[in-house]
Amino acid sequence: MSFDFSRIAIKNLFSKPATCNYPAEPRKYPERYRGSVKINIDNCIMCGLCQKKCPANAITVDRDGKTWSIERMACVQCESCVVNCPKKCLSMEQQYSEPSADKTRDSFVQQTKEEAEA
Amino acid sequence: MADKYEIIDIQPGDLALKTLEHKRAGYRLGQICAVRTETGYELLYSFIIEYHMVNYKITIEEDTEIVSISDVYPTAMLYENEMKELFGVNIKFINLDYHDKLYRIEEKTPFK
Amino acid sequence: MAKRSVIPFGPQHPVLPEPIHLDLVLEDEKVIEAIPSVGFVHRGLEKLIEKRDFNQYQYVIERTCGICSFMHGMSYCETLEKIFDVDIPDRAKYLRTIWAEMSRLHSHLLWLGLLADAFGFESLFMQSWRMREKILDMFEASTGGRVIFSVNKVGGVLKDMGRDMLNSFIETFDDMEESISALSKVFLNDVTVNSRLRGVGVLTREEAVSLGAVGPMMRASGIDIDTRLLGYEAYKDLDLDPVISTECDSYARCQVRIGEIFQSFNLIRQAVAKIPDGEIAVQVKGAPKGEAFNRVEQPRGEAIYYIKANGSMYLDRCRVRTPTFTNLQPLIKTLQGCQYADVPILILTIDPCISCTER
Repeated sequence: MSFDFSRIAIKNLFSKPATCNYPAEPRKYPERYRGSVKINIDNCIMCGLCQKKCPANAITVDRDGKTWSIERMACVQCESCVVNCPKKCLSMEQQYSEPSADKTRDSFVQQTKEEAEA
Repeated sequence: MADKYEIIDIQPGDLALKTLEHKRAGYRLGQICAVRTETGYELLYSFIIEYHMVNYKITIEEDTEIVSISDVYPTAMLYENEMKELFGVNIKFINLDYHDKLYRIEEKTPFK
Repeated sequence: MAKRSVIPFGPQHPVLPEPIHLDLVLEDEKVIEAIPSVGFVHRGLEKLIEKRDFNQYQYVIERTCGICSFMHGMSYCETLEKIFDVDIPDRAKYLRTIWAEMSRLHSHLLWLGLLADAFGFESLFMQSWRMREKILDMFEASTGGRVIFSVNKVGGVLKDMGRDMLNSFIETFDDMEESISALSKVFLNDVTVNSRLRGVGVLTREEAVSLGAVGPMMRASGIDIDTRLLGYEAYKDLDLDPVISTECDSYARCQVRIGEIFQSFNLIRQAVAKIPDGEIAVQVKGAPKGEAFNRVEQPRGEAIYYIKANGSMYLDRCRVRTPTFTNLQPLIKTLQGCQYADVPILILTIDPCISCTER
């Protein structure tokens, strides 16, 4: 008869919980955590490389309309667009996108020079 | 870099012979897979003993009949059912034939 | 002769983590025959190769499995590197090896938890998964994902691990090793655990060879073959002896997996000590042409990759032979003649991954 598990159980009883008291205590994400894709639209040159490299076809780049849009529910957070962006205007945010029952598409429109000056 | 495993071309008729040869020599079945070509299929059979792997390639037409090796290697049953169901390779005498009921898919032979 | 009856088992069953259906032919409490049927989670990932180019497919192939996702990405890239005939930098090889061993740790700890759950030892299950959580946290810190890592690319890896990070991992592993050795005593010595595992589901050495068992299932039958000894990635520089057991039963499979947990700790320590500095990736240009096979040792056993490329960005065929696919036949063999109450344990001892099997 061995009491190996009793030892573990007793040790457990007197130690700190292994879990985090979420949501009272917020989750700390590590630096590299892939949450959602963020774009700094002003630096974007609308090259469309991210659209081409996306394995989930979640990104659409409209060169004429100067619009960059992403379908949040289709995105698989693989970071492929971030790695391939030549201007490094894409980055990974630690916060993941909001859950929703409908598909959401986030569009970002680049301002023209005149608009920016006005 | 690890070695490139050689692939040897054989005739469809030699398959049974090669299989028995390897079975007797103590090989186990590595894998069987089908590749779709323009007019037919390429079937790849791999046998493994310890760290050594031998691969055979059979090139067949779409309607060529292939004899199952599942009586020699019972594991072959799943691979052969998969090829039959997904690619439509004509394999006869599988010892447990699922009759296209292995995967729950709507389309018949989707890889064909 | 007792009356025969057929009992359907699965695809939804309290102990089954994966959808597999078995038709069990029973004579009283004894299983006479088991006929498996899979096909509940076929996703057609191999078919998707026609729609995604070979770089994009890297992210698809990882999603074959939620446990050995890193190994799938790694072996896919390795196979393509063979076709391109490029040699990746040594640092990338070591990084891949470290992540691969961490995957093995997390897979085996997951399995130990599921096994404990199958024989009704809930608190042991919680303890095993508590250990596994630390490994997931390390993955999160080093790759950015807990389950899908997306760090492989053809020609190397995408992320580096600094010296500080590696040292902090080693510290955590030291703590973990202590807790796990306490935990493993429960699995190996506890009376109740022993009574459920000893002598159950014997697969002899001859059967293991002829039915094509791989991985811990094979090594528990006394065959000392480990595909890692082929020397892919950094394994050629590391000391490694296959963990084997000659008892051939469920207890032996548990013993082998526990042995492999400690082996992985050892391998990671060796790899961290030897890791060279330098680049983590090489540029791979053009499109692949040719065909290649590749074999890697996943936590569940040996996986075989086959890729045929035609010189364009889209591959002709990518075939993944996962370990569970070939371990199903040994499972059917061990089920014949077992008690009905032992069926869940026997299904678990092959460490089934049905999503892998069907792809």
